[in-house]
Amino acid sequence: MSRILKNLIFYGSLLAAWALIAHAKIWPPYLFPAPLDVWQSLRDGFADHSFWIAIGVSMRRVTIGYALSVVMGMILGFGIASSKFLEETVGPLLTSLQSLPSICWLPLAMLWFGLSEKAIYFVIITGSVLSITISMESGRHAIPRIYSQAGRNLGARGWKLFVFVLLPASLPHLVSGLKQGWAFAWRALVSGEMIVAGLGLGQLLMVGRDNSDMSMVLAVMLVIVLIGWAIDGLVFRGIEGWFNRRWGLGAAA
Amino acid sequence: MSLAQIALPEVKNALHVVQPRHLPGYDASPASISLRGVVQSFQARKGPRLVALSNIDLDIRAGEFLCVVGPSGCGKSSLLSLIAGLAFPTGGEVRVNGRIVTGPGTDRILIFQEHGLFPWLTVGQNVEFGMRMLGVGRRERRERSEQYLQLVHLAAFRDSYIHQLSGGMRQRVAIARVLATQPSVLLMDEPFAALDAQTRDMLHDELERIWKQTGCTIVFVTHNVREAVRLGSRVIMITYRPGTIRSQMGIELPRPRHMDDPRVAMLSGEILDELREEINKAVAAEYNHVPNS
Repeated sequence: MSRILKNLIFYGSLLAAWALIAHAKIWPPYLFPAPLDVWQSLRDGFADHSFWIAIGVSMRRVTIGYALSVVMGMILGFGIASSKFLEETVGPLLTSLQSLPSICWLPLAMLWFGLSEKAIYFVIITGSVLSITISMESGRHAIPRIYSQAGRNLGARGWKLFVFVLLPASLPHLVSGLKQGWAFAWRALVSGEMIVAGLGLGQLLMVGRDNSDMSMVLAVMLVIVLIGWAIDGLVFRGIEGWFNRRWGLGAAA
Repeated sequence: MSLAQIALPEVKNALHVVQPRHLPGYDASPASISLRGVVQSFQARKGPRLVALSNIDLDIRAGEFLCVVGPSGCGKSSLLSLIAGLAFPTGGEVRVNGRIVTGPGTDRILIFQEHGLFPWLTVGQNVEFGMRMLGVGRRERRERSEQYLQLVHLAAFRDSYIHQLSGGMRQRVAIARVLATQPSVLLMDEPFAALDAQTRDMLHDELERIWKQTGCTIVFVTHNVREAVRLGSRVIMITYRPGTIRSQMGIELPRPRHMDDPRVAMLSGEILDELREEINKAVAAEYNHVPNS
C-alpha cells in the first residue's frame, strides 16, 4: 500500500513538474510539449488505429524473431557446452560479440536482405540470441551430474536424456537468459524498424520526427516502454515465479 | 514394565504376517551376479596407478541380500559401478545371469546417497519416469506407480514436489522410482548415510520388507557395519587399497531384525575386529597425507 502511495507521489510530482516547465514556455511547444498534448496524441493514435496497427506489426515481428532466437540459442548453447573445443573457442567469441550493439548488424543486414522484414528478423536475432546461448551454456554446466546419472540409470538415452532430463534440469538457469534476451530483442526491433521497415512502432517514431510532432514521438516512446515493461512484468515474472515454486527454489529449498 | 514394551513385538509380527511373499505384478526374476578375477585400476594424475579393486572373485546368488563393508576409499563404490555397467573392469569379467556386462541396463539399477530425484516432476511422475523411458503405456504407468508409492507409504504424496518432502521421504521415492522399473538387481551405494537415525531405522524396515516382497537381488554398500549386519544375508569385507575380499560372514539371524538387537551388535563387533586393521590403514593414509596413489 505504502509502495503504491510512494509511486503515486513520485509520478504525480513528475507530471506536475513537467506540466509546470511546459507552461513556463521556456522552449516552444513543438519541442517541449505539455503532458496533456502527449495524452491527446496517444488518444488520437489509438483512435485512428495507427498505434494499434503499429503495435500489431511490431509484436508479430518480435514474437517470430524472439522465438527463432530461443530455439537457435538453446541449440547453440547446448552444442557449445557439450564440446570442450567449442567451449574454449566459440564461447569467448560469443561473449565479446555481445558487446556489439545489435544495431551495428543493420548495415550488414540491409546489404544482405535489403529493406525487408528479413533484415528486421536478422537484427532481432543477433540482438537476443547471444544472451540465450550464453545462459543455456552455463545452465548446461550447472546441471548436477546426479541428474544425468539417474536418468541414464533409469533408461534415458540420447534424445530422451536431452528432452526429459538435461533440458528441464537446465531450464531454471535459462530463464534469466530468456528474460535478458527478450529485452534485447525488443530494443533491437525498435531500432531496426526506425531505419528499415514500413509500419511498426519504430517507424511511427520516424513519422513523428518527419512531421516535427514531438508529442507523438513521446506518445510512441511511452507505448514502447509500457509494452516492454508489461511483458517483462507479466510474462517473465510469472515464468520465474512458476519455476521457483515448482523447483522449490527460494522459499523451501 | 510399560505396556508399550510388551505390545510392540506383537504389532511387528502382525505386520510381518500380513505381507505377501511376493508383490503382485513384480515380474522380474532375481538375477545372479558373478565376478571373476576383477581388477579395477585408475591412472592417477601424477604418480603410479591406483588399484581400486584387485582380484575380486565373488558370486552373488539370485535373491540374495549382500552387504559390502570396508573403510572409505576401499573401492566399494567401484564394485557397484562395475555391476551397474557404468564402468568397466581393467581385468577380469563381470557377469549378470551368466551374461557379461557390456553397459548399463534397466535390469540393474543403482540408488545413490543423493537420491537424484527430478525436482521438475511430481512424486508420481518421478516414479513413472523409468517406465516412461521404457515405453510403458500411460494406464499401466499410473497403476504401477500407485502400487509402488503404496509400498513405500507415500501414496498420499503423489502430486507433491520433491522439495516438499523430508530427506527420508525423498529416499523412499527414489526406492519406489527404481522398483517401478522392476529391476532384478538393486544396487545401493550408502543410500541412507545422509539420514538421521530414526529415519534410517524406518527405511531399514521398509527395505527389508520390500526385499522380501520383490525377491530381487540387492547389493548394498555401506561403511556402517551394524547396518550391514541388520540388513544383509551375507556381509563381505573389503580391504583397503588394493581392495580385495578379506573375508565374509553369513548372517542367519531371523527377520525382521533390528539395529539394537544384541545379536546384531555382537556380529558387528566381530566384523569390526576383523576390519580394524584395514580401517587403521585408511585412517593412517588420511592423517599422514600419504599420497592417494
